[in-house]
Amino acid sequence: MYTQGLDAKTEQGAQPSPRLVTEQDAALQGRFQERVDAEEKIEPRDWMPEGYRRTLVRQISQHAHSEIVGMLPEGNWITRAPTLRRKVALLAKVQDEGGHGLYLYSAAETLGVSRDELVGQLLSGKAKYSSIFNYPTPTWADIGAIGWLVDGAAIMNQVPLCRCSYGPYARAMVRICREESFHQRQGYELMLALAQGTPEQKRMAQDALNRWWWPSLMMFGPSDDQSAHSAQNMAWKIKRFSNDELRQRFVDATVPQAEFLGLTIPDPELRFNAETGHYEFGAIDWTEFNEILKGNGPCNRERIEARRKAWDDGAWVREAATAHAAKRKQRALKKAG
Amino acid sequence: MSTDLKEALFGYTLRLGDTSLVLGHRLSEWCGHAPELEEDIALTNVALDLVGHARMLLTYAGELEGKGRDEDRLAYRRDVFDYRNHLLVEQPNRDFGHTIVRQFLHDAWAVELYERLCASTDTTLAGIAAKAVKEVRYHVRHSGDWLVRLGDGTDVSHAKVADALGRLWPYTGEMFERDEAEQALVAAGIVPDPADLKAAWTARVEAVLEDATLDRPADGWMQKGGRRGEHSEHLGYLLAEMQFLPRAYPDATW
Repeated sequence: MYTQGLDAKTEQGAQPSPRLVTEQDAALQGRFQERVDAEEKIEPRDWMPEGYRRTLVRQISQHAHSEIVGMLPEGNWITRAPTLRRKVALLAKVQDEGGHGLYLYSAAETLGVSRDELVGQLLSGKAKYSSIFNYPTPTWADIGAIGWLVDGAAIMNQVPLCRCSYGPYARAMVRICREESFHQRQGYELMLALAQGTPEQKRMAQDALNRWWWPSLMMFGPSDDQSAHSAQNMAWKIKRFSNDELRQRFVDATVPQAEFLGLTIPDPELRFNAETGHYEFGAIDWTEFNEILKGNGPCNRERIEARRKAWDDGAWVREAATAHAAKRKQRALKKAG
Repeated sequence: MSTDLKEALFGYTLRLGDTSLVLGHRLSEWCGHAPELEEDIALTNVALDLVGHARMLLTYAGELEGKGRDEDRLAYRRDVFDYRNHLLVEQPNRDFGHTIVRQFLHDAWAVELYERLCASTDTTLAGIAAKAVKEVRYHVRHSGDWLVRLGDGTDVSHAKVADALGRLWPYTGEMFERDEAEQALVAAGIVPDPADLKAAWTARVEAVLEDATLDRPADGWMQKGGRRGEHSEHLGYLLAEMQFLPRAYPDATW
């Protein structure tokens, strides 16, 4: 799940280096921008500005990492799903996320980086992933809330990416969005079963909404005036809508869904403005968001440790597979020779 | 179908369903933690298939029993001594090599079984087998390929799977046990003869072990009890985890 929160501040990678702007570059840049403006897709072998390439590598790989790390909070409930139908649905969902990670790493590889390198950046803590996955999933209702809210927010961000100027990313997103919207409906249906269930189940659902609401709003990233790369990414058509526009869209779509569930959004300032036709909501606590980005979220350490453990524990397996492939090749050569 | 035969078929179907469920559960514990992304997806696929088989089998078992128990009632509201799975599949994952050995020993049995069950005189069971066999054919190829890679990989991987094979071999005898009830099912053409299964399983396992440069362990003492509800200590923890929500909220529907 991609979050625009990731393209905020700190990293300078997206700025084209001034020394590159020679006359020839300017001509290439001009042609590139014309193609983007004409809604042509940029493909891996096409010329592209270095900043464009770097921005995409960063964004696509962060998106891939988010899918992989995102398997953990939901995977936490696979062995405890309360019915076999729910167990199968959750397994399939988490598996889809692994699949999304795969296509996204492949899309990033078209830009000249290897998956091993990108995974290395995740494990070393250099690369970011969506902060939302640093929150815990203590109850079963969290599985519903993640599907409904987190996937719901991800869809708002991702649907416009299906029209991203970079072809491989746009095509990967088409497939991902289809699956995400299925997950979102599944999550909502799970919440509905809880909301219509026993008082204890309803309490579980409300508790999950209380914990996931604000983090879901933060998934859209800082306000437009705080977002570092917005203007350039818009011009490159990597980004189509501002963080605030998408956040508003999400709130407008989600509030009536919460009402239908009979649950209360944890925001006393939330109200519908009949004039604008939009919901107005309270101020977001960006201190919490920034602390999580710094590594101080409730599960930052556990998530990365789990990924590192899987990688380290699997080292002998990967080595064995490589050794076996080499032996087979050797034997085939011997046979042929 | 006579009442005795029906009861025998209930026991048989329950055993298959429990075995699929417990193994699917064990594999699902890997989701998000496998040695590489492709393998994470593959193990989850197998887990999904197995839980899918369990659902069909437990649903059918509930119908045969005729006491109104559905798949979830059977999966979530029985204690250890009412579970009928093979002891092999409840053994914990330990490492990836152990998981692969356990899976291969099971898959080699399951593929031979389902191939034969497709011809069962019981049309429901034959229908379930026809669906399952396509998936199980893939499972045995997947686990067999990995066993060869690990056995014929590095010294480390060879030692790990050789150790797992030694640990798990004593649990394989149970798959071919037969009792009076099963005898009657064999006679009625509903299920295959365990002796045939054992011969086919042995041939399959020996071929893969040879490719994997692994020695076949000797058939010594075999651990038994799963089909009578006598399990290892591991199953209780697995069920405690799996059954937590329905046990904690007995009136809830999910």
